[in-house]
Parts: sequence; C-alpha cells; structure tokens
Amino acid sequence: MTGSGRPRIAVVDYGAGNLVSIDQAFERVGADVTIAREPDDLDSPDAVVVPGVGAARPAMERLDGMGLTGALRPWLGGDRPFLGICLGLQLLFDASDEDGAETLGAIAGRTVLLDAAPTLPHIGWNQVERTRDHPLFDGIADGADFYFVHSYAGVTVGPAGDAVLATTEHGARFISAVARDGLLGVQFHPERSGDDGLRLLANFVDLVRAA
Amino acid sequence: MLRRRVIPCLDVADGRVVKGTKFVDLVDEGDPPELAERYAAEGADELVFLDITAAPERRSTLLDVVERTARRAFIPLTVGGGVRSVDEMRDVLRAGADKVSLNTAAVADPDLIGRCASRFGRQAVVVAIDALRAGDAWTVHVKGGREATSLDAVEWAVESVRRGAGELLVTSIDRDGTGLGFDIELLRAITDRVSVPVIASGGAAGPEDFVAAVRDGGADAVLAASIFHRRVHAIADVKTAMAAAGLPVRLAPVAAA
Repeated sequence: MTGSGRPRIAVVDYGAGNLVSIDQAFERVGADVTIAREPDDLDSPDAVVVPGVGAARPAMERLDGMGLTGALRPWLGGDRPFLGICLGLQLLFDASDEDGAETLGAIAGRTVLLDAAPTLPHIGWNQVERTRDHPLFDGIADGADFYFVHSYAGVTVGPAGDAVLATTEHGARFISAVARDGLLGVQFHPERSGDDGLRLLANFVDLVRAA
Repeated sequence: MLRRRVIPCLDVADGRVVKGTKFVDLVDEGDPPELAERYAAEGADELVFLDITAAPERRSTLLDVVERTARRAFIPLTVGGGVRSVDEMRDVLRAGADKVSLNTAAVADPDLIGRCASRFGRQAVVVAIDALRAGDAWTVHVKGGREATSLDAVEWAVESVRRGAGELLVTSIDRDGTGLGFDIELLRAITDRVSVPVIASGGAAGPEDFVAAVRDGGADAVLAASIFHRRVHAIADVKTAMAAAGLPVRLAPVAAA
C-alpha cells in the first residue's frame, strides 16, 4: 500500500506464543492487526508477521497442518513486506539443529544451539550490533538493547551472509536481524523491548506503507 | 553483552498487588497494570507477577489482570501462581504472559515441567523454588511457603532444569521481606550446579544487595517487591550501583510509550 493510513498486518497464529503483546504493539504504532489461521487470511493483507517461540519442528508441523506453509511462500520472495520474530526468523533459514527440522529455506543458513553460551536459554536484554544501515533501525542507536528469549539462533553458510543486518554476542556471535528487500526477521522481541522495540515496529509499518 | 536484569515482582491477591513479610501479613499496594506501567517507565527489565492466592475460581480474574498488564507494559511478563496443567499455562500465555512459573504443581507433578517445556519451549518455563534454610542446606517449601517438603532445594533445582526448566526463580523464605539481603550461599549453591539463568529473590534492602546477588551469588537477574513498591529505592539507583560495580546493565530507561 502507499499512503498514510493504517496498514493491515496479518499475524500468523499457529499456537506458538503470545499474540496479545504483538497485537497491542502494532496497534500502538499505527497498524491494524488481523489474526491469520487459514490460507485465505494471507491473500490480501499489506504485510505478514510470523511470531513465535519454541521449537522449529512442532512449529513447521502446525504450519503444514493448517495449510499455511504454501500460503506463506508468496510472502518470502522479498517483494512484499514480511517480518519474522524470534522463531519466525529461525523458520526463514534452511533447517534447524534443534530437532532436525527442515524449515522454509528463504535465507541460506542454519539454526544452531548457542552451546558456547555462559547461560542457556539466552534470556534478557542484549546488544544488537548492525552490520549495515537499514530503515528498520531508523532512530535506534547501533548497539541498542533488545529483549531475547531463545536457545537456538541462525548462523549463515556460504555467500548468503549478505542478508545479515545485525548480530549479537552470547558466548558466540549469532544473527539477530536479517533483511533482503521486504523480507525481514529479528531474533529478539521488539514487542517486548520497550521504546526501541516500538520504534522498530513503527519503522516496519512505515516500510509497509511505502511498499 | 547480556545485561543483568532488575525485576520488580508484583505479588497479587484477588487482582490487587500485595506484599507481606515471610509470606503473611498482606498489605494492599496497588493496581497491577498501573504498577507495571510505572516500572516499565522506570527501567524495569522484566516483570514477575505471582498470584499468591491462586485458586480455580479466581482464574478469570488472573487472566484479566494479565491481559490488562500485558497491554500497558511493553516489557516481558512472567506469571506464576496456581498453574497446574499445560492447558492452564496455554491460557496464561494467550492472555499475554511470556513465561509461566511453576512451583507447587511442579513439586506435586514433576512431569508437568517437561510437558510444558515440550509444548511451549523451555524458555517459557520458569520453576520457582521457595527455600527455607535447615542447617547447612535448604528445604523446598510449597503452597506459598506454608508447607515443607522433603526436597533439598539445590537438588530440586538441578532436577527441574533436567526436566525442562529454562529459568529458576529462587526465593529465600528466611530472607523474604526482612531486608537482610539475598541468601548468597543459597544462590551460589544453585548457580554452581545449573547453566540456566537464576533469578534471585527474597531479602533485598539496598542496591548493594543486588550487586552481591549477581557478583557473589552468580544470579543472572535480581527480583524485589516492597522496596520498589514503596519507593525506598528506584530501579535506576539499583542499576547505577550495579554498573558502578562493573556489572552489565541496561541503563537507558524504557519510557511508557
């Protein structure tokens, strides 16, 4: 959509987490949220958000079982705005070590256990350090703290590292944000990251308006 | 670098925030969503919300308060008190909580920890341990600290993690509400044995107690209730002291948007 109205964002509900805070956060920054549980729900929104916490295999099984995996495909090419949050980012990679799940394969890379970390799960606020500028982070300081809660995270393989937008360190460095055209993903929870989190979601809504 | 968290705790009874001493003598201290929003604005890294009088008929009150709280404070919320099943945990998460803490129900039915972890991920499962000192060790108490068990607190901590707990909330019953400082020996005994984050609780009086819990006790996060509710210390004071002691903290406050 183009303009200054309230874009309609479809948030995919596949039983993997808290939708109240995502719904409320998007409302706060000027978007209208619809909950997507069926393939048809992904036909006409202005953008799609896949949230979620937990393990990749049950998540993929639920998406498959609901018929949503195919309906998500047209949203993964980068020509329309898509935001994966936490598990929603991990699902964009090729596969997960968590339980050997094949994931959506939109970005080359694997989700691996952060086994060099001093504590796991990685729970709390940590610094997001950018590898390049991007409008998703407009008005947010490089190295700003965002809230994480996860044990697995993406690492890239081969030349596809150019999708990486930011990294974070917890025992080892992992991918905390990706961007390839309209295809965006963050490992942290912007809806739980206070002002900077709301700013990031507002930036996403601006990108949706401009798309 | 991962920040050490400062977490205000909202003990809730019948939809109101309360605080007692050693789990009794409850005093009304305010409306949960209102306090949650205030703490988010003052720089709280997370909130813990314990329904200390949880009973089945109060379930809808709890869910309503969780949802109103989650809609006003854009920081993480952990909810505990009376959750006994995967379905009850699902309801609390759907109301807007990010994590659920299990206490009495986990002791009664240790398999519950694993069932919740496999359904929602271990990062959503906090096991809360109320420990009372008994000589050189600590005994687990349940039902809001009122009932002793035969469990050793350190061994129960290890077992909880083995079963799927992603975080431990360790409360010293001896210190709770006394202002004598966190029980550093208890914290150290547990943090030496587990690799999940440990939240220290019970006994905080001043900023130096928070520093000690992290530096000497090995805690990843520190929790307190009454000193924040009664504005004895601001969250910023605690974080400033932690930063001065060389601990990584998130100093920029989160304003209520």
